[in-house]
Amino acid sequence: MSKRFLFIISILIVLSLTLGACAQPKPQTLKVAILAPLSGAVPTFGVSTRDGALLAIKEWNAKGGVLGKQIEAIVEDSQCEADPAVNAANKVINQDGVKFIIGEVCSKASIPVSEIAEEKGVVQISPTSTNPNVTLKADGSTKQYVFRACFIDPFQGLVGASFAINELGAKTAFIILDQGNDYVRGLAENFEQAFTQKGGQIVGKETYTSQDTDFSAILAKVAEAKPDVVYLPDYYNIVNLVTAQAKEKGITAPFLGGDGWDSAELDRAAAEGGYYTNHYSDQDTRAIVQQWVKNYQAEYGSVPDALATLAYDAANLLLAAIQNAGTDDPAKVKDAMANIKWEAVSGTITFDQYHNPIKSAVILQVKDGQIQYVTTVAP
Amino acid sequence: MNNEQLTLLQRIIKGKWIGKGFLALLALAVIWWVGGKALQSPPLFFQQIINGIQLGFVYALIALGYTMVYGIVRLINFAHGDVFMFGAFVSFFSVSQFQLHLWPIKALPSLPPALGIVIGTLSVILLSMVSCAILAMTIERIAYKPLRDAPRISALITAIGVSFFLEYFGALPFVFTPNFITYKRPFDIVTWYIQGGIHRLEAGAEAPPGSVIFSNVLIIIIVVSILLLVGLNYIVRQTKIGKAMRATAYDKPTSRLMGINVDGVISTTFAIGASLAGAAGVLYATAYPQVVFWMGIIPGLKAFVAAVLGGIGSIPGAFVGALIMGQAEVLSAGYISTPMRDAVAFTILILVLLIRPTGIFGEPEREKA
Repeated sequence: MSKRFLFIISILIVLSLTLGACAQPKPQTLKVAILAPLSGAVPTFGVSTRDGALLAIKEWNAKGGVLGKQIEAIVEDSQCEADPAVNAANKVINQDGVKFIIGEVCSKASIPVSEIAEEKGVVQISPTSTNPNVTLKADGSTKQYVFRACFIDPFQGLVGASFAINELGAKTAFIILDQGNDYVRGLAENFEQAFTQKGGQIVGKETYTSQDTDFSAILAKVAEAKPDVVYLPDYYNIVNLVTAQAKEKGITAPFLGGDGWDSAELDRAAAEGGYYTNHYSDQDTRAIVQQWVKNYQAEYGSVPDALATLAYDAANLLLAAIQNAGTDDPAKVKDAMANIKWEAVSGTITFDQYHNPIKSAVILQVKDGQIQYVTTVAP
Repeated sequence: MNNEQLTLLQRIIKGKWIGKGFLALLALAVIWWVGGKALQSPPLFFQQIINGIQLGFVYALIALGYTMVYGIVRLINFAHGDVFMFGAFVSFFSVSQFQLHLWPIKALPSLPPALGIVIGTLSVILLSMVSCAILAMTIERIAYKPLRDAPRISALITAIGVSFFLEYFGALPFVFTPNFITYKRPFDIVTWYIQGGIHRLEAGAEAPPGSVIFSNVLIIIIVVSILLLVGLNYIVRQTKIGKAMRATAYDKPTSRLMGINVDGVISTTFAIGASLAGAAGVLYATAYPQVVFWMGIIPGLKAFVAAVLGGIGSIPGAFVGALIMGQAEVLSAGYISTPMRDAVAFTILILVLLIRPTGIFGEPEREKA
C-alpha cells in the first residue's frame, strides 16, 4: 500500500520537475565542450587543461560573453584514449548540440575526435596534440574544421638547432634517440637537418630502446667524440638516467632537449646545465604572460604549467574566432580561425595552411637546481 | 623420406663435431672482430670493457638466485626479477625516507665520514637483502610449496603469476606508484680517470682525451659482489646447510630419508637467492639511478639467459655466464648499435640451447629412476 503511494508521489515529483524545466525560458548561451583526460594515464594533464580553458571562458563571460551570449562550458572526461574520447565527442555533439570542441590533450585521442569533428562540421582545437595527423587527413590534405594551439614536433628540433648554433656557438653535435618513439624521432630528425643546414656537424648518432637503463656504451662514444652539444629529445625519465650517467663519465657538453623534459620529476641535479625548448615559461617577462600567471594563481593557487597555458590559448583563439566571424556558424568560424592573428600567452599565433600555429618557442635552462628562462626564439 | 631428412637435420644440429666446429669458428670470429675494434681505439675499448664488468657483476648476483633455485627444485623462478625490483625499492625508501645510510654518522659522530658512509651504504644493502629474503620465503611458502608435487609446468605458470602480481601490486598508487622515481644514492659519486696512473676527476671537469674513466659505483659493485660470492661459496661448500642444499639438489627423496629437512633447505635456498637479488637491486639502482615497478623484468630476463648460458643449476656457471652477458651486451651496444644488444643477448641463448643445451658448466640431466 505505502509502496504504491510512494511510487505515485515520486512520479509526480519527476513530472513536476521536468515540466517545470520546460516551462522556464532557456537563456541564450554558446556551448563549448572541453574534452580533457581527467582520469586515465595523465590526469594531471587533464586537470591543467580543463582549468586553463575554464579560466579563459570565465574571463570572456566577465566581459559580456561572445556575440552577446554567455559561454557555457561542458567538460567531459576523455581519458587520453580513443574510445572514451569518441564517446565524449558524440555525446556533446549529438546530445548537447555543441558546435565547438576544445581538446583532446593526447594525439591518439584527438585524431579520432578530429575525424568526427570534420565529418559533423564542428570546429575543434586541440591545445597540445602534436601529431601531424591531428589536422591532416590520410591523403595529406588539411582537415577544414580542426586546429591546434601548440607547435608540432619538428619545430622544436629546428628551434633547438638554431639555439645550439646561434646562442651556444656549437659546431658539433651528438644525437641520442629512441628510434621507436615517433616524438623523439621527429625532433631528432629535424634537429639534425637544421643543424647541418646551418653549418654544424653531427659527429655521432646513437639509438637506444625505451626500456634501456644502461647508457654507458653510448656515453663512452659521446665522451670520445667530444661534441659541443648533445641532443637528447626524450621524456624526463630517460633524460634523468642519461644525464646522471653522463656526469659520471666526465661529459661536460650541455644536453639539449624538447618539452618532454618539462616535468616536476626531472632530476635537476643530474640535468644541471641542460637546455630544453618549451611552449612557454612563467618567467617570460612579457606583460600578457605575467598577467596570465597572476590570474591563474589567484584562481587556482598554483603556477600554470604549459598544458594550462595552451588550453587557455586554445579557448581564447576559439572564442576570438567566433567573435571575428560574427556568428556561431562553424563553417564561418573555421574560416575566421584560419585567418586569425591573436596575441596569445604562448606567443603571437597565426595558422599555416596545415592549421598548425606559427609562433615562438622558449628556451629554458636547468641551472642551480632551478628551471630558468633563457630566451624566446622566433621561427 | 621426411623422417630421414629430419633425423639428418637433427644430426647436424646435435652432431658433436659439427657443433664444436661451429662453436670454435664462432668464437674465432668474435675474437677477431672484438680484437679489431680494440686496436682501433684502445681507450674506448677498455672503457666499454669496464662498463661491461659493471653490468656483468649485477647480472651475476641475479643469475645466482635463478640457478640455485633451479638446482634444488627445478623451478625457473620468474618472480626473481621482481624480487630484485623489490630490493631496489626497499633501498630507495630506506635512503630517501628514513636516511638509513646516515645512521653511522648520526650515532657515532667521531667516526671518519668516509667510513660512516661505507657502513651506512652496507646497512642499506643489508636491509634490502633481508627484506627480499623474507619476501621470497613468503612467496615460496604461499605459492610454490603447495605445488611441490604438482607437474613442473604448474609451478612455472605460478611463478609467472607471482611475477605479474608483484609488478602490478607494486604499480598501485599507494605502493610504489607506476611512476619513474629518481633514486637518491646513499653516497656521492667520485670519478677517477686512468692515464699514466689514476687521477681524481673533479666534479664538472672534463676527462682528458684517451683516458679511461671509472667511478666509485664500479668499485662498490665489484667489492660487494665479490664479498657476496665468497660468502655464498662458503655457505654452499663449508656449512651444514650448504651440504644439505647440495644433497637436496642431488636427490630430494633420499635426502629426506637421510633426515634432512628438505622444506627448510628449499626455503633457505629461496632466501639466499633472493637476498643476492636484493643486493643486486641496490647496486643496479645505484648504477642506473631510477626505480620503477617493471625495472626487474629486463635484468631478470638477461640474468636468466646468463644462468642458462653458464649452465642452469651451476653456481660458477651463473657467474661466468653473467660476465659474458655483460660484455656481450655492452660490446654489441658500443660497436653495433644499442637496439642490437637484446638481439645479441637472446641470440646467445638460442645458440647455447642449440649447440650445448646444458650450458658451459652444466652437466647433462641425469635420468631419474
